[in-house]
Amino acid sequence: MRPLERLPHYRPKRLLRLTNVRIVSQTFFFVAFVLAVWATWTSRLGGYPVSRLLEMDPLVGLSTALATGYVYRALGWGLLVLALTLVFGRVFCNWICPYGTLHQFVGWLFNVRKPAERWASNRYRRIYFLKYGILTVFLLMAAMGALQIGLLDPICLMYRTFATAIAPASDSLLAVAGEKLHVDGLWLDSLKFGPGVERRVFVGSFWIGLVLFGLVAMNVVIPRFFCRVLCPLGALLGVLSRGALFRINRDVHRCTDCDMCLSRCEGASDPQGKLRLSECFACMNCIDDCPEDALSFTMLGQDARQVVPAPDINRRQLVFSGIIGAAALPLIKNDGVNTDENYSPKLIRPPGSVEEQEFLERCIKCDQCLNACPTNVLQPATFAEAGIEGLWTPVMNFNIGHCQLKCTLCSEVCPTGAIRRITVEEKLGKGKFKEQGPVRLGTAFFDRGRCLPHAMEIPCVVCEEVCPTSPKAIQTKDIEVKDVFGNLVVLNKPFIVPDLCIGCGICQAECPVTDSRAVYVTPVGESRSKERRLLLHNRAQDR
Amino acid sequence: MARDDKHPTRHPDYERKPLSRRAFAARIAAVAGVGGAAAYLAGAPADWPLSLRDPTGLRSQPVHRPVTLRDYRVEKPSGAPDVSVFRGTGDAMERLRRALEPLGGITHYVRPGDIVLVKPNVAFDRSPNLGATSNPELLEALVRLLLVDARAQEVRVADNPIESPADCFAKSGIRQAAERGGGRVYLPDSNAFRVLSTPGATLIAEWPIFRRPLTNVDRVIGIAPVKDHNLCQASMGIKNWYGLLGGRRNQFHQDIHEIVSDLALMMKPTLTILDGAHVLMKNGPTGGDPSDVKPGDAVMVGVDPVALDAWAFEHVLERGRDYPQYLHLAEEKGAGRVDWQGRVREERA
Repeated sequence: MRPLERLPHYRPKRLLRLTNVRIVSQTFFFVAFVLAVWATWTSRLGGYPVSRLLEMDPLVGLSTALATGYVYRALGWGLLVLALTLVFGRVFCNWICPYGTLHQFVGWLFNVRKPAERWASNRYRRIYFLKYGILTVFLLMAAMGALQIGLLDPICLMYRTFATAIAPASDSLLAVAGEKLHVDGLWLDSLKFGPGVERRVFVGSFWIGLVLFGLVAMNVVIPRFFCRVLCPLGALLGVLSRGALFRINRDVHRCTDCDMCLSRCEGASDPQGKLRLSECFACMNCIDDCPEDALSFTMLGQDARQVVPAPDINRRQLVFSGIIGAAALPLIKNDGVNTDENYSPKLIRPPGSVEEQEFLERCIKCDQCLNACPTNVLQPATFAEAGIEGLWTPVMNFNIGHCQLKCTLCSEVCPTGAIRRITVEEKLGKGKFKEQGPVRLGTAFFDRGRCLPHAMEIPCVVCEEVCPTSPKAIQTKDIEVKDVFGNLVVLNKPFIVPDLCIGCGICQAECPVTDSRAVYVTPVGESRSKERRLLLHNRAQDR
Repeated sequence: MARDDKHPTRHPDYERKPLSRRAFAARIAAVAGVGGAAAYLAGAPADWPLSLRDPTGLRSQPVHRPVTLRDYRVEKPSGAPDVSVFRGTGDAMERLRRALEPLGGITHYVRPGDIVLVKPNVAFDRSPNLGATSNPELLEALVRLLLVDARAQEVRVADNPIESPADCFAKSGIRQAAERGGGRVYLPDSNAFRVLSTPGATLIAEWPIFRRPLTNVDRVIGIAPVKDHNLCQASMGIKNWYGLLGGRRNQFHQDIHEIVSDLALMMKPTLTILDGAHVLMKNGPTGGDPSDVKPGDAVMVGVDPVALDAWAFEHVLERGRDYPQYLHLAEEKGAGRVDWQGRVREERA
């Protein structure tokens, strides 16, 4: 028997009660989230609104609006959550947010606390003010042009982890099962274990996975640690919920101060005393757990004295957070590894990306583009490529894949316009885009010291074969030589026509000199930037 | 309290644990049993049963059990040519049927209940009119012919493209064509490849091949475009089998003619079909510009892939008799004969 059932007041509960409806809602949104991650793949994207949860995230909308001054495409969906919060309080946190659901589920699954410890762990603590400080820091930085919200925004964080760590992990487990379980002649034919996509890898996904693992593990120390202490979205909704119409109300005439309402309080919002409205997730557990029916979720008949509506952050803390934000901005911006004079030759942005500074004002590091990419070329940037500011933003790694000519999936799924939505016509510079020419990601170069025909008199030219432009941007000078063994060989020595090169990187991806490629693409000449231009005249377009 | 001789100041919580002779013996026996078994597994000479000992490090090397491919050829009817060409525009099904007629029709080659693999060229993410990939209309007609006329059990359509498989199949129109016809598309993934043994091959004596769609297959039909190739002059029926290879196959460009002739040895197809509707005359094998493509009207079917490619090189690509070296190498390896004279029947609508 559960402890509650031993009490003299115990009455069996109705099946159709708020907590059960809440579980249905949480399951729905969690499954929808996982389905959206799964469906964001080239053969499964069929016009479904896979980015909706990111677009509904009001913090994404607000921070990008602060940074850019505009609201991109579908980011207005965030108003839905804002309206919901103004009426019902922070219901997003415990009814919709899949990351909150994950934490709640793990906390429930691994709960080892005895009832008395549980009550203690669900009392409000001073440290919970921290999220309001984090929100202040992030919003101030966004307003000054450095969008870092994606580091801790729960939807971005969860999407990033699922796309780069969880989904490839499940694929590779299937593949390992296929390799290890071979029993000839049985139904257990190892060829049947098909992950459905080719194996994907993401550079540095270990650390992204570790962040999730660490945050989930913190539930053992403090229940809903991330939601109560760190979540900037929760903080934003907490600030808004102070004026919510509905809230948990405690009938002081019925209440016997037994504290049973603390046994499963998700938000640690002190329902046993003065309700801290901005902390309450509206999980409704306290209503279930109250043996006296003293608690209700109501708009009418609220007790004005039994509530603390405002977040627990004082003016000093706010000012201090502001100073941290204002000080962090120049530290991050002046890091010097991503300026127009000094930028990494590996900082190749996906097609449709806006110019680098604007890109950094928009990218929320959700890594949805990485998930949509059919060739695995898009990778989360490390400090080396994009500095501290650009950590986990998308870059193209042409050792792993290449940018497919007629694919614009990353630009279609990007919720914030860091990768602006483009059509294939615009990408290829055809039709009405003929004047401006194709989208160029960079320019290919040859390392003639490593190229087989150039350096070693061995025929190759895979790069020319796969070059997709017409006419080809890699062409050859064909000569016949007598090699050191006396054989006559025809060498097609490749060279680049930079006017035609679009930087798609298929030459680098297919180059057989695999460790350090004999042909490689760097971002110079990318069409999104005037500063990073290479050619003054494009001989192909001027013709 | 009774006096304890051994522990004069006995603690109230202390309880002496007895160890009987029997328990001691059992404990020793268990240790000896587990330890002895472990010692045997680890230390016994390698050829003793159950021994795990690996004195040289070679025993633990992975053992490849290479798969082999059958010879999928079928004896043609007596008097039939080795290559049949039909020239004419119009319905793809009609053109294909007419091209197959002189060879005895599809029912001569495929029995009811057969599982047939159809291998198109879907190497690149290109639309069908650019001539870089197989013609989807002809593929659909072939799939229908196999399922309806020849009553095949299953028609599989598979290729391992250079670009993203899902995209290449979708944008070349091959996936839709295969599914409209009733075929089943197999896309490669990390667990679809096995090492194939091809005795007599120079470069791919043992090489990973896209194995899943080949499992339990009775007949194999290649269907390819005729196109220019930057390195080996032309990519036609034999070069099409390149799309079944896995591994770092881009090394093969160092000896392209050898690898293409090896492919003729690796795959001995039931039939090879070439389509001359969109011929990529230059800028191959990728193309990309409609002006690289020349429209044509030929459908070519062959039981001798070498003669078929030679004929198409001469008559469809219009490159004369200076055939690519790989065709001569393929003839040396016994895959067919380059000289097509007297073995081709050409008909017009």
